[in-house]
Amino acid sequence: MLSFKTIKRFSALSLLPIAATLAHSTQAAEEVNIYSARQAFLIKPMLQAFTQETGIKANIIFAKKGLIERIENEGQNTNADLFLTPDIGPIYDIVNKGLTQAVNSEILEKNIPAQFRDPKKQWFGLTTRSRIIYASKDRVKEGDIKTYEDLADPKWKGKICNRSGKHTYNLSLISSMIATHGEAEAQKWLEGFKANLARKPQGNDRAQVKAVKEGVCDIALGNTYYFGKMITNAKNPEQIEWAQSVNLVFPNQADRGAHMNISGVVMTKHAKNKDNAVKLMEFLSGSLAQYMYAQENFEFPVRPGTPKSSLINQYMGDFKADDISLVTIAANRSKASKLVDKVGFDN
Amino acid sequence: MSNPTSPAIKPQILKSTGSHRRWLISALIVALLVALPVISVFYLALFPSENIWPHLAETVLPVYVSTTLILMFGVGILSIIIGVSSAWLVTMCRFPGRRFFEWALLLPFAVPAYVIAYVYTDLLEYAGPVQTLLRQLFGWQSYQDYWFPDIRTIAGAVLMLALVLYPYIYMLARASFLEHSANIQAASRTLGCTPLQSFFRVSLPMARPGIAVGLSLVSMETINDFGTVDYFAVKSMSAGIYDTWLNMGNLGGAAQIASLMLMFVVVLITLERVGRAKQKQFSGADRFKELDCFQLTGWRAFAASITCLIPFVAGFLVPFCLLSLYAYKNFSDSWTDEFVTIASNSFLLSVAAAIATCTVGLILAYSKRLSPGPGLMASVRFANLGYAMPGAVLAIGVIIPFASFDNGLDALLREHAGISTGLLLSGTVFAVFFAYVVRFLTVPFGSIESSLAKITPTMDMASRSLGLNSFQTLVKVHLPLIRGGILTGGLVVFVDCMKELPATLILRPFNFDTLATYVYQFASDEMLEESALGALLIVLVGLIPVILLSRSIRSTPHRRRTNRLVNKE
Repeated sequence: MLSFKTIKRFSALSLLPIAATLAHSTQAAEEVNIYSARQAFLIKPMLQAFTQETGIKANIIFAKKGLIERIENEGQNTNADLFLTPDIGPIYDIVNKGLTQAVNSEILEKNIPAQFRDPKKQWFGLTTRSRIIYASKDRVKEGDIKTYEDLADPKWKGKICNRSGKHTYNLSLISSMIATHGEAEAQKWLEGFKANLARKPQGNDRAQVKAVKEGVCDIALGNTYYFGKMITNAKNPEQIEWAQSVNLVFPNQADRGAHMNISGVVMTKHAKNKDNAVKLMEFLSGSLAQYMYAQENFEFPVRPGTPKSSLINQYMGDFKADDISLVTIAANRSKASKLVDKVGFDN
Repeated sequence: MSNPTSPAIKPQILKSTGSHRRWLISALIVALLVALPVISVFYLALFPSENIWPHLAETVLPVYVSTTLILMFGVGILSIIIGVSSAWLVTMCRFPGRRFFEWALLLPFAVPAYVIAYVYTDLLEYAGPVQTLLRQLFGWQSYQDYWFPDIRTIAGAVLMLALVLYPYIYMLARASFLEHSANIQAASRTLGCTPLQSFFRVSLPMARPGIAVGLSLVSMETINDFGTVDYFAVKSMSAGIYDTWLNMGNLGGAAQIASLMLMFVVVLITLERVGRAKQKQFSGADRFKELDCFQLTGWRAFAASITCLIPFVAGFLVPFCLLSLYAYKNFSDSWTDEFVTIASNSFLLSVAAAIATCTVGLILAYSKRLSPGPGLMASVRFANLGYAMPGAVLAIGVIIPFASFDNGLDALLREHAGISTGLLLSGTVFAVFFAYVVRFLTVPFGSIESSLAKITPTMDMASRSLGLNSFQTLVKVHLPLIRGGILTGGLVVFVDCMKELPATLILRPFNFDTLATYVYQFASDEMLEESALGALLIVLVGLIPVILLSRSIRSTPHRRRTNRLVNKE
């Protein structure tokens, strides 16, 4: 029977975690607080290395969406010192809302090439990746497809797989097409691309490569680091087979180069642990963290002179990267999203 | 039957007293607090960064709307078929396995919808065991050689959602069947009804309020689901909300879509209520007489067993086994000591939220019974809307009032006392807890309300005329009678909280994980194997109360109550 005694007992119990957290938040040790739109498990190794080196504790909250709004509403009392993102899009949003501050650090400027950081010092790229074409080894001859523009070529009708056009990686690519060719041209291109799809856009980047392996389609789009994650996947050896079934094509090598994006970091306007936050930013752009990014996540380090993963080097080598401004790409995102609706890319 | 002005028995007979006013005022305050996040979202909707509707209407709105409607009706109908038929069978009939199915049919509820979607995709896709086996059996070579139904379609999404959502209807329908007067059922038999006729003519109409509550929960879960439909590339309104917010940077526009969806839900619920406004049913004094059950034999018994077996196997056993297999294979990689902390975070938060929502639900439902009036009705309806809102949008709705409270208090104290309080509520477990209460209040409220509605007002009158006040009447008369409804509501909230993801992600404090968020960080990368152990733990921790409470809902409360009273004296 549900008695009030039981209720009381349970209510007391239920307050425990609340009390624990309140107690926790009053500890004033050396720490730095991160809101992250990047998955926590991808960054934890670097944060652990940081704590080991400096003794500064790194606290983290991960959520793909909603954290910018949280920082905005928490205002000057926010606990967030840094905001990490997997893409230029959220960086653009948070900077535009005026929720960031400039960071003056010679180390950051030395470690990060000018192309991958904000001239006004509001944001800094930490790693880069390219969105490339995965082409079937068996069914696509080398040199048959060379550019993003080729994706709209009718000869690939029913042969291309892609994830949702609304996914931020695709939106960035479409933004870059808008920036390069103008909106009308980009729309024509996207319509041609849509007409070539083997199936309704679905799944993540890896699932597209898998579809190539299974013969659903011959060509797929995917970010570079997924290749490294698949080809080394001892836990799921079938993913090694997927990766082995494709050639990597870095598009537009004869003209503007392959589309690039970054993962990055900003410091919030009301950061409480400013010094520690700068230390962490510098650490993440430093040689150890950059090396770890390259080795564990197969991303391209931004820091010049950091060795790429040997595996990435073996399969990808050097390539020409599109040096269009990332801010332009981010600014075109809303247009790109509407274009996807207009063309009915996901329908 | 919730219509208070029904001519049969006027509730005004319960004479309004000072204590009624106290109930009314506390109910209004509680309702207002719970409604704050929804109000915040409406407020957001006033400030879109651009008018999103022309673009939507021109392009994808028809797709969003038709997809959402198909999803809602598909999931609703399928859930009713599974939930009502199995609930009636286990409650009213005797057949092999009935005792087991009674609680086993609840188990799919503990499986998060997105997890079951991952599991079935893994099983049924081209490289999965089913198609591989078929290829081997028939010698097919490639994708083009044969046709196989694609799970990643709207039909697949309907099936997946119905498999894990039907327990809502099962639970509430069963509670309704259990609360039936045995006399009415006996009468139907005496008048020559077969079991099937008795089901359609008596049980079903009488269980309609319960089924309606269950169905509205299922519909709301369906329209606010994002994980499953996103994985299946099905574009429902949720997709539109997130796209407008995140890709077009228009949170106000997104809030408008969310608000419109809420209106839609309100219209649906109102229509249903209007539809049965003339009905009113109270159980007589005999309600706790053991129900006579239909003894099924032969093919009927077999068919009954199969009817109950299918949803249990498809909704629970298959995903449970596959998750166990993955968890076993990856155990050494996935197990960390953190799991104990994470699991207890989930458990404590869910228990706390279940108790709180039941308490709030009871206050609101009882106040509504004591002083039904348009003001209270409207506030209560409003407070119940959180459930129909996508979790991430609701989370923003929680952040806004919490942060303004924190910042307001901080500014005040800084100015007058020179101290800074910082963030007191934002970014604490309390914010997550509050979001759970807002999101799930409607569940216990609905089940308590429908249980309370079955108690004839003459009970209140008798109790009050014997000198008990309104609170004593609630505790001594109503609580024992609606215990089943409260427990059912609490159980649903508990399991829902165990699975809750979007609001937890956004509102949680630093370094804080629940099982759901832990699973999500891997599952969102489609790393099902790594997330299997966590997902399995959600199911296992969710099972404990499911089994315990399922038993106690069944047990006859009046006997224990009588015993207790006797013991006291």
